Amino acid sequence: MKPDTRRRVLSACCILGSFVAWEAICLAFGVSDMVLPRPTQAVYTLVSQFPAIWPHAFQTIYTTLVGLGLGILIGVLLGMLIGSSRLAYDVAYPMLVGFSSIPKVAIVPILVLWFGAGTVPAILTAMVMCVFPIVVNVATGLASTEPELQDVMRTLKATKLEILWNIGLPRTMPYFFASLKVAATLAFVGTVIAETVASNRGIGNLMMIASSSFDVPLVFAGLFILAGLGVTLYIVFSAIEARVTGWAVRSDDFVSNG
Amino acid sequence: MNQALATGVAPRNPVIDLERVNVTFGGEKNKTVALAETSLRIEKGEFVALVGPSGCGKSTILKLVAGTLSPSEGHIFVTGREIGANEVRIGMAFQNPTLLPWLNIRDNVMMPLKIVPPFKHGYAKKKKGEYRERAEALLAKVGLSGFGEKFPWQLSGGMQQRASLCRALIHDPTLLLLDEPFGALDQFTREELWEIMQNLWIEKKPTVLLVTHDLKEAAYLASRICVMQARPGRIIEDSTVPFARPRTIDVSFEPDFVSLTQRLRERIVAVRAVKEQQP
Repeated sequence: MKPDTRRRVLSACCILGSFVAWEAICLAFGVSDMVLPRPTQAVYTLVSQFPAIWPHAFQTIYTTLVGLGLGILIGVLLGMLIGSSRLAYDVAYPMLVGFSSIPKVAIVPILVLWFGAGTVPAILTAMVMCVFPIVVNVATGLASTEPELQDVMRTLKATKLEILWNIGLPRTMPYFFASLKVAATLAFVGTVIAETVASNRGIGNLMMIASSSFDVPLVFAGLFILAGLGVTLYIVFSAIEARVTGWAVRSDDFVSNG
Repeated sequence: MNQALATGVAPRNPVIDLERVNVTFGGEKNKTVALAETSLRIEKGEFVALVGPSGCGKSTILKLVAGTLSPSEGHIFVTGREIGANEVRIGMAFQNPTLLPWLNIRDNVMMPLKIVPPFKHGYAKKKKGEYRERAEALLAKVGLSGFGEKFPWQLSGGMQQRASLCRALIHDPTLLLLDEPFGALDQFTREELWEIMQNLWIEKKPTVLLVTHDLKEAAYLASRICVMQARPGRIIEDSTVPFARPRTIDVSFEPDFVSLTQRLRERIVAVRAVKEQQP
């Protein structure tokens, strides 16, 4: 067996094993499914109630992706501004740090007050959650661009915009993708928070209703869906990252693609 | 000199003309004079080397000419117009190859064509054809044919430096600025690159300003050598190098060559010694 395949099989076994252990412990100690349902119960609920769960899952995916998209747009623009201007850095950084320290649960009621309950507050919460890591990383990437690389462009009398486009942005890509993986998972957190507080659709809402009627397996089914969605998004971004920023990790895939 | 100052921005012949340039760093208390009352004229097609101890302002002159640093006093004219106002095409190679890690060698070499007019007009259309061939042809001249698709980190230091030279020359610069581009290489690679550099210069005849602390390199490549001293930085000697071109590495073992480098060496050692006595 190749070392690479071996590694993958081994890690898959370990992950699967942890679920098996969970199952076994629940069975061995007779844990009530009101307290901690077995993984098989959660999966069974997931499959058997899929038609009812699906619209909620779709709602969550939809709001998260829109929120993430907006977050990326605003985060990149703000990061570019902060990374290339000293004044913007001094003004925006303290404000950003302050803003991101606020628990996002606290702003959902305000958003509901402004936009009403439903999709919009969820999208905005997801956006707010994921903006901060993107801004910080893009700004750091831009600010840490090697002066030598900029000198190359300056002797060619490149404009600021040309330097940004040809040096700053490509240089920032690894930082951007690193933040994207964090942001993608945070966006789910944001959506679910807003759905729990003020929405009648989405996985967050589903889980809240399920827990109020003590349907704990359904709560866990919701958690599984969220985890699955998070992992999927992470994989998607990792794949894009490997293609776009292979130069940063010197991967051979990148070379054959390039 | 005074007359030249009086005429101001009138067009003149030399490609580079520094007139009584002062460069100082720091405030009143800890003022460092990087360059004092320095005047330097370089005619079209000359290959001038600046040598001297570290901290003598060699690189400062290069930065002034490249336009990345402004003088505290004095004027700098490039192709007859004050620096900043002109459209002169400058190519520059640094001690580090400074290739962009996300571009392959060919795209790195083609980068100036994307930025510098008139090449940048129609770049998108020409980059697959005309410009690509141009880059490949230049890469072939420095012995890098077939490496266009490689990425910088897949090449050795010497090969990266060759690519860096190609990038400095791809847009047919009027003025080539070299900031110790061979400094970090081993002796044999360095000599190989001297020869390549000389051939490129003979073929394209750009005006070259080379900063180096390798006297052999200066004597081999340049047609004129300016010796500088440190604190305050100024040019203390300006001598022409008479050897016929194309020079081979064997020239460097001839008595004339050896005595030239010896003399330059003594000059630099002497100004260093004086400086050390009066700290």
